[in-house]
Amino acid sequence: MRVEAIFLLVISVFCGTVAVCYWMFSGEQSGTVMLAGGCLLGLLPGGYYLWWSRRMDRRAEDDPEATLEDGAGVIGAFPSSSVWPFVLGVGFALIALAFVFGVWTAAVGLSVVFSAVIGVILESRRGGVV
Amino acid sequence: MTAIAEQPLTGGIPPHARAEHAHGPTGLMKWITSTDHKVIGKSYLITSFVFFCMAGIMAMLMRTQLAAPDNTVVSQHAYNELFTMHGSLMLYLFAGPFAFGGLANYIVPLQIGAPDMAFPRLNALSYWLYLGGGLTMVSGFLVVGGAADFGWVAYAPLSDAVNSPGAGADMWIMALVLTGFSAIFTGVNIVTTVFYLRAPGMTMFRVPIFTWNMVVTAILILIAFPVLTSALVMLWCDRHLGTHIFEVSGGGVPVLWQNLFWFFGHPEVYILALPFFGIVTEVIPVFSKKPVFGYRTMIFATIAIGALSTSVWAHHMFTTGTVLLPFFSLMTYLIAVPTGIKFFNWIGTMWQGRIEFTTAMLFSIGFLVVFLFGGVTGIILASPPLDFATHDTYFVVAHFHEVLFGSAVFGGFSGIYYWYPKITGRMMHEGLGKTSFWLMFVGFWVTFMPQYLLGLHGMPRRIAEYPSVNGWTGLNQISTAGAYMLFLSVFVMVVNFAISWLHPVPASANPWDAHTLEWATTSPPPHHNFERLPPVRSERPVWDLNHPEHRTLTAHGATPRPEPALVGQGAVGHGAVGQGAATFDPEDRDR
Amino acid sequence: MVGFLATPLANVGGVTPSAGSEPTSPVPRQDAPLGPLGLTGDPFRPAPSAGRSRRRVGRLGVPLVLGGGALLLGGCNVPTFGAFRGSTVQGHDEFKLWFGTTVAGLVVAAIVWGLIFWSLARYRKRRGDNSIPRQFSTNHILEVVYTTIPVIIVAVLFYFTVVTENEIDAVSSHPAEIVHVLAYRWGWRFTYADSSNRPQGVVIQTTAEPSYYARAATSKEYPQMVLPEGETVRIVLTTNDVIHGFYVPAFNFSRYAQSGVTNRFDFTPTELGVFRGQCTQYCGLYHAEMLFSVRVVSATSFRSWLSAEQTTQAAAS
Repeated sequence: MRVEAIFLLVISVFCGTVAVCYWMFSGEQSGTVMLAGGCLLGLLPGGYYLWWSRRMDRRAEDDPEATLEDGAGVIGAFPSSSVWPFVLGVGFALIALAFVFGVWTAAVGLSVVFSAVIGVILESRRGGVV
Repeated sequence: MTAIAEQPLTGGIPPHARAEHAHGPTGLMKWITSTDHKVIGKSYLITSFVFFCMAGIMAMLMRTQLAAPDNTVVSQHAYNELFTMHGSLMLYLFAGPFAFGGLANYIVPLQIGAPDMAFPRLNALSYWLYLGGGLTMVSGFLVVGGAADFGWVAYAPLSDAVNSPGAGADMWIMALVLTGFSAIFTGVNIVTTVFYLRAPGMTMFRVPIFTWNMVVTAILILIAFPVLTSALVMLWCDRHLGTHIFEVSGGGVPVLWQNLFWFFGHPEVYILALPFFGIVTEVIPVFSKKPVFGYRTMIFATIAIGALSTSVWAHHMFTTGTVLLPFFSLMTYLIAVPTGIKFFNWIGTMWQGRIEFTTAMLFSIGFLVVFLFGGVTGIILASPPLDFATHDTYFVVAHFHEVLFGSAVFGGFSGIYYWYPKITGRMMHEGLGKTSFWLMFVGFWVTFMPQYLLGLHGMPRRIAEYPSVNGWTGLNQISTAGAYMLFLSVFVMVVNFAISWLHPVPASANPWDAHTLEWATTSPPPHHNFERLPPVRSERPVWDLNHPEHRTLTAHGATPRPEPALVGQGAVGHGAVGQGAATFDPEDRDR
Repeated sequence: MVGFLATPLANVGGVTPSAGSEPTSPVPRQDAPLGPLGLTGDPFRPAPSAGRSRRRVGRLGVPLVLGGGALLLGGCNVPTFGAFRGSTVQGHDEFKLWFGTTVAGLVVAAIVWGLIFWSLARYRKRRGDNSIPRQFSTNHILEVVYTTIPVIIVAVLFYFTVVTENEIDAVSSHPAEIVHVLAYRWGWRFTYADSSNRPQGVVIQTTAEPSYYARAATSKEYPQMVLPEGETVRIVLTTNDVIHGFYVPAFNFSRYAQSGVTNRFDFTPTELGVFRGQCTQYCGLYHAEMLFSVRVVSATSFRSWLSAEQTTQAAAS
């Protein structure tokens, strides 16, 4: 976890430093805000990882000597197929088109997205096709 | 999404892994419903290649128009649509999605020994958003008024409702919102996958460079794309809700759009370039039969490029007269340093190697040769005074085609030739591949060198016509001839695909004697990727397995420790590799 | 390669067609001289009059006369690598930076290309050789060296960039003349004012209707900005609509015209002649036809031209 944390924090520190320098030299607001955003973006997950890396045992993937048994156990659940991402995608595309062609596509799109959200939740609870 | 375990997958041999086709739908439904990163990756690769071909045909139309002064192949309006859509398709729908959607999706989980991406359904959603966005963008050609015609940068106030009315422009905006979300989701997915799903022993400093580059790319996506999306929302509000964010008349600031856009746009060009640096860094060591030179330096250089690329955006705005010139000039110059380090590392990798000129290697070398010149002209453009003289001319056009074509096409095609056996289980025809490479390499210089000279002689970009008295005709004709060669080269490549489709030559698990984990599984990999994994003791686990007497002289201080005994078949977790799957047989590729 | 780039394009196969293609033009119009070639004391300077009196209307020939570069180098006149030498003081400063940066860049590129091709040739796989090379992967000293060298190179380049940039961006406190440039879709308006910014009653404007047909930048439908040689002229650039780019290639200079922003910069022309100008920032349908030209005349001719224009324009209004 430490390397990941440091990696994110380095980006954060870099963006933060540049944001300060940029603000001092130019006084330009939009760039400063965006650089500060980049700083926060690294800081949040980076700080989280650092916090955890001091409180948990070293993971098998961080141990250079780990054997394959060390990684044994449940890795995660990986569904192999689900129709709902497709339906969600269609729904979001229709909603996006509403900003071009008017509200009627949004009505269709929202109902599609709504059904897809219900579908994907139910699928997870039932345990879909794995 | 994976928090709720549907059916816990143990890291060992999944019960269904052997029968790849026995689960889930087949046929078209497989492509629609699959959440397998390999299927999604292939969807991305195919879709983005189709967009590449469309954008390439647009480029051919433009080059044909410019082959003669006062030409009338296309009208000015059509020309403006063509260069807008050519840029948009190439940058938003080909180069990025091809790399971080297609290759990263397919290769990253394999390289780190993961069974899938961390969020498979989010991954599928990314693809569908991308496809929806892409279709929305190209169908701009079908609406009244045509597609967007304000350039791929959509500078306000040209892109406002007065100067660019019509549905095509709105479709362009919404298409980018959709693909932007797609990219953000993919970025989250890649970072999470690499941080959480690595094989035991695969520490961050054993992760292959391609995957490292994809992590940095993903971070850049997360920094850059939200800015673009919010800028697009503001633009849409200006167009339809009567806000004046980019309009002087209401107290807005047009140059704000440029700041926002390029804060996205400059990381974006590294989002487009870094994955291809990664590909080249995979290909060169394999065909030089050596480990990558300066593995850690390479990673630090990548991070440095990524970090610096967040603070150079206004070098696209030197001639606005509103930016802090020395700051952005210095930052831009500094990017040359890590890029230079990469070049020396690539050369150091080839040094004293045994270089084999396969098609993949040729494309990588082509990338080195081409990108170097693009980098030198980039240094020229990093200097504000020199940018004043060449800004918005064909010099800039030639420069960014040299770096983007150099990375996305030379690097990308190198990746295709390199991983095609892994992805399809078939070999591609080397002779046709080399033909395609040489056509592309020669065609590339013939296309873009005259454009440098045209730019220096003051030919602006994005003009549909020029009078004959300017004396630009000859160079434009040479450039057009080169463009046709590029077209022919891609055609040869398509023929090569067709041949491998119609007359498959089966590929073994590891036809190149490659180094990284994706070559430890079968070609194509089974569902959930690995039946057994080799132990990871360096950044080249498969090489260590196949050449135990030439194991990586561990670069990073420690002497190589004796390999632990192969873990038996019954192990729970990542199993050990057997002898068959990953071993290298030199005869394979000649079959 | 150097020879190829160094060959000034217009001088290679630049035929001179009949001189009467625009006989009725009120002022003698010429096409922009493209990269004059000649020998002078200052190797960066263009020839004093090589491109001035001769009309250079003509098609480009094939620019592949490799001898051209060698001739130039032999004749103590630096190669341009295809660029303009800069017909203003500022533009010529830019050219010097261009020359230095390009030479440095090409030297670096040549070294790296050399390393690439040498290692490809030297370490290619020989037939039947299946040995495994030594698996080294790091050399810390070397890595430090090739990190340091680029840092030094860019530091030097950055120093010269800042120096040149300050020269080019410097605006004189007492310009001899002020020209207000208004860019609009799809034309230009040049309004002359004296050194204390009082309008002089001279306005020159695009009269061309947009068409689907590009004309020479020097045709009379497009405005021509007349500037005095050797005097510093302030350009005040803005627009009321979309962003445009004010670009005079032979002056090695371009600047955006933006609504809400007024850009000021100086030209000190050093060479007589007529130079092509064009909008570089894409501005919509007829962007390709947003042309103008700049004619540099002697200071005395400029005064007489100005007073003649004042009389004509006052009479017309």
